[in-house]
Amino acid sequence: MIEVDHISKFFGPVPAVRDVTFQVGKGEILGFLGPNGAGKTTTMRILTGFFPPTSGSARIGGLDVFEKSLEVRKKIGYLPENVPLYKEMIVEDYLKFVAEVKGLDRSQRKKAVGQVVETCGLEPVIKRFIRNISKGFRQRVGLAQALIGDPELLILDEPTIGLDPKQIFDIRNLIRSYAGEKTIILSTHILPEVSMICERIVIINQGRVVAVDSPENLSSELSGSGRIRLRTGGPAEDVRAKLAQVDGVISLGESDGQGSFVIEIEPKEEIQPRLASAVIEAGWDLYELTPIAATLEDIFINLVTQESEEAETVSREDVSDE
Amino acid sequence: MSNFWAVFKREFKVYFTSPIAYAVMIIFLVTAGYFFFTGISYYSMLSFQASQNPQIYKVNLSDIVMNPLFGNISVVMLLMLPALTMRLFAEEKKTGTYELLFTYPLRDVEVLLGKYFAALGVFAVMVGLTGVYLIILLFFGKSIPDVVLAGYLGLFLMGAAFLALGILVSAMTENQIVASVVSFGLLLILWLLSWTSSMVGPQLGKVFEYLSLIKHFNNFSRGLLDTADLAYYLCFIFFFLFLTLRVLESKRWRG
Repeated sequence: MIEVDHISKFFGPVPAVRDVTFQVGKGEILGFLGPNGAGKTTTMRILTGFFPPTSGSARIGGLDVFEKSLEVRKKIGYLPENVPLYKEMIVEDYLKFVAEVKGLDRSQRKKAVGQVVETCGLEPVIKRFIRNISKGFRQRVGLAQALIGDPELLILDEPTIGLDPKQIFDIRNLIRSYAGEKTIILSTHILPEVSMICERIVIINQGRVVAVDSPENLSSELSGSGRIRLRTGGPAEDVRAKLAQVDGVISLGESDGQGSFVIEIEPKEEIQPRLASAVIEAGWDLYELTPIAATLEDIFINLVTQESEEAETVSREDVSDE
Repeated sequence: MSNFWAVFKREFKVYFTSPIAYAVMIIFLVTAGYFFFTGISYYSMLSFQASQNPQIYKVNLSDIVMNPLFGNISVVMLLMLPALTMRLFAEEKKTGTYELLFTYPLRDVEVLLGKYFAALGVFAVMVGLTGVYLIILLFFGKSIPDVVLAGYLGLFLMGAAFLALGILVSAMTENQIVASVVSFGLLLILWLLSWTSSMVGPQLGKVFEYLSLIKHFNNFSRGLLDTADLAYYLCFIFFFLFLTLRVLESKRWRG
């Protein structure tokens, strides 16, 4: 459905996206993950035909997003970040306008609007000005305008940002309900969201793709090593010395000042009992002993920091070359 | 075509759901009405004097009322019309709706013409409402002078030219105040270009005179229909709309 082929986008000399390549199959839900300013929005804008890439190409349903922009835009429902809407319009008029510019004829328009109003639960605000409705409803109007005309592809830029937990839950369910039916690209910097909704994740940082995989595969990649958090009442230095001797401990993090340590352990070792008895033997109180599961956060932080360290070394080398 | 229509309807409606159209129209009509009133009062004073000394005064409705009225209205237009065009693109850029608008399956030219004709529509309603003056003239038994038709055509063409320049400036900024101030300034300079025509030498002077917005309007307000003037305004409109289209498309090439 979507083929992104080595696209780069420069704003003047500043690269926003560098050499990004990925594919999305029909009916797939792809999560686009990265810190703010990583290039998520830029990539989405290229896909929606808002501006072309500086180099490389992207095709949607076999059509180049730039050469066949108009046809491609007919296939896409797009929800930009921050949901820009015409605040001086009434919700119903706005949706009718969208239906009209998406090329639905008069008889289909009414039906299409009625459908999205129902799906997005907009009945209570249908006759109100957009400027007067709450953030949650605005988000839903944004989603509704993307859904009008039943596009094959939904591109949603941070669809749950700024909503309350109940609304987030609703929107996620709505997105998930299209699984298999529509192709969806969804950007976010909230990790649990992608692992909940998406079948595949593209992690992007500083304009580059750093990983493409399913959430499960990405998690198992890191589960090779394990970490444990341990909190005790003992004096920090003594605790460090004592615990370092326990079998299976690779390294000990610094105390956080309240007696809590993060301990890196040999993979697949059950060393909690040994740690516990070491603490008890020394006569200290043991408050916490928790294994830290490798989450998407870890993978994310790992990939993102690795990347920037590499970039730093590269730039230092550049400097020394001169 | 249906896309143009959709954009046009939306833009036209928004003028009236926001206070812009009302503010611009009310101020325009109040000032135009004031000019009409002073013109008519002066005319009645002259007619009174003429009735006593028929050999001295030659009183003429089009010279004393309509011609100055058209001139005055055109000045008010110069001040008011940038307020109609300033929001057209600048507001969309500021609020970000620009992004959605240009990712709908719309051609740039459909968006541009939809917006342009919406502003032109509001302007037409505004100028159309001054038609009340003609009804007043008819009511008091005066026939409507022929110059009026040419004058209205001139007003409409000049207003359309103002709007074309205004929409270009609006497409170039995201700040509405900047859009309105810059379009007003540019229009004023183009308007008064003929002032310098006597100082820059005969050749250049002629060019300046031809380019001046007001020079071409003077013929219309005197009831003169010259195809050169018609061509001037149509070219002016086409030129600025064309430039606006290029500005809209330039986003695809920049960066």
